Amino acid sequence: MLTPDPPPDDPWITRLDKALRDRLGDTARTWLDEALTEALNEATSPAPAAPPRWEARFASAGRHCVRREPPHHADPEAAEAARVLILCAARADGATVTRLYEHGTAAERRAVLLALSRLPLSTDGHAGLPLIEDALRTNDTRLVAAAVGPYAARHLDAHAWRHAVLKCLFTGVSVDAVAGLAERSRGDAELARMLGDYARERTSAGRPVPDDLPRVLTLTQLSPLSADAPAGLPNDASAGPSGHASADPSPEEA
Amino acid sequence: MRIFDPHIHMTSRTTDDYEAMYAAGVRALVEPAFWLGQPRTSPASFFDYFDSLLGWEPFRAAQHGIAHHCTIALNPKEANDPRCTPVLDELPRYLVKDSVVAVGEIGYDSMTPAEDTALAAQLQLAADHGLPALVHTPHRDKAAGLKRTLDVLRESDLPPDRVVLDHLNETTVGDATDSGCWLGFSIYPDTKMDPERMVRILRVHGTERVLVNSAADWGRSDPLKTRHVGEAMLAAGFSDDDVDQVLWRNPVAFYGQSGRLSLDITDPGVLHEGNSILRGGE
Ligand SMILES: [Zn+2]
Repeated sequence: MLTPDPPPDDPWITRLDKALRDRLGDTARTWLDEALTEALNEATSPAPAAPPRWEARFASAGRHCVRREPPHHADPEAAEAARVLILCAARADGATVTRLYEHGTAAERRAVLLALSRLPLSTDGHAGLPLIEDALRTNDTRLVAAAVGPYAARHLDAHAWRHAVLKCLFTGVSVDAVAGLAERSRGDAELARMLGDYARERTSAGRPVPDDLPRVLTLTQLSPLSADAPAGLPNDASAGPSGHASADPSPEEA
Repeated sequence: MRIFDPHIHMTSRTTDDYEAMYAAGVRALVEPAFWLGQPRTSPASFFDYFDSLLGWEPFRAAQHGIAHHCTIALNPKEANDPRCTPVLDELPRYLVKDSVVAVGEIGYDSMTPAEDTALAAQLQLAADHGLPALVHTPHRDKAAGLKRTLDVLRESDLPPDRVVLDHLNETTVGDATDSGCWLGFSIYPDTKMDPERMVRILRVHGTERVLVNSAADWGRSDPLKTRHVGEAMLAAGFSDDDVDQVLWRNPVAFYGQSGRLSLDITDPGVLHEGNSILRGGE
């Protein structure tokens, strides 16, 4: 079953496009126009030669989307936004995002991860999952932070998702980066156990507990809302129906 | 003293080195792709290496407040191994990357026909991609190696001001200067150059077009040799401005020819908060 293409007037993309243009100078804006036109054209009538030309734009965004004021320093956020827009314009499919991620610099990989939830990934819609898993295996916090977005919230099974949350705490990535944190942690007794064990390990070593840990722990202690359970994630049952996060994993006492 | 080390193999160095380099004034570096000590047996092994020069190593450097760029190439030693030469066909997809500021290290090791082919092909790639080239001069038979290197350079599309000839010493600096290329000197504890000899060369040749690097790697080497040269220059009567030219402005000018040098360091933590432009779109 094919996931339908995003409507061409996706308001999120329109707003992102405007926000980026407001930030760029004339030269960079012209470059962006050309890049998006190329991506759009090749999305509707793919060139016989692979890889498509827009992929060179995707790679070189960092040196074109620079600050408007001289001396035109790099603007990594603008480059990232441009890369996400290019992927959306090209309606990159699973094979394309996989190739771009595997051949990508850290900045390109981040853009792929951030765009996943906006792309028409073919067949079962899980094509981005191996990329998320790869990013979560790294210790590069730029990639970890980009991996835990809406796509991960929708597609990671309960075990992998809990480890992603724990990885954020371990590597100092703010859990603000975790999409769907409140919904997915709610009533998750196993996550509560993992957090409690981690807190105990830190305090017994005389080390501070990450500030975000008690916050997530509190979320796990809210009773689950059955209607909130993400669809198609059978392992979620293991989150425990009771919502009674066991005993006292509170770090202060551990 | 602000320092740009234009040639250092950080993959082989520890976080202690990064800390010591920052404390010594190093704020930017270029890590050229080279041999790893252990021969590689397949192109895939190169690709993982290139990926780390474009991903993990810049992340490590940024954590220590140092801007990291790299050069990409099939090195001359492994250009002789037919298991590795298919790497040449895949180089274009790496040479378009934002943090690739030159093709390198290329040049001669044993001066074989396979090295001739790889050198000429990669000089052409540099010309095609608007990139300068980092050319390693051989450790054995250096003077003859430099002559042969200059012959190949003259036949290439790459102008001399877009080439740095590296690992030069007293015997090769004259020919290298006459070629119009940039002059690279690697300061090593036992081999190559040392800080006092480097200062003598700077006295004779001046500070124009000179790059000084530690070339620190997995061998007996020292990532603070750039700083030692700066100190030796000051002790010998060079001005702070001379030191800044050699240790900062010259490498910025040389690699800046790529149009891809970005010397602001983005603290990796900033990106955890999410991209403010993307957030605005929500
Ligand atoms: Zn080297």
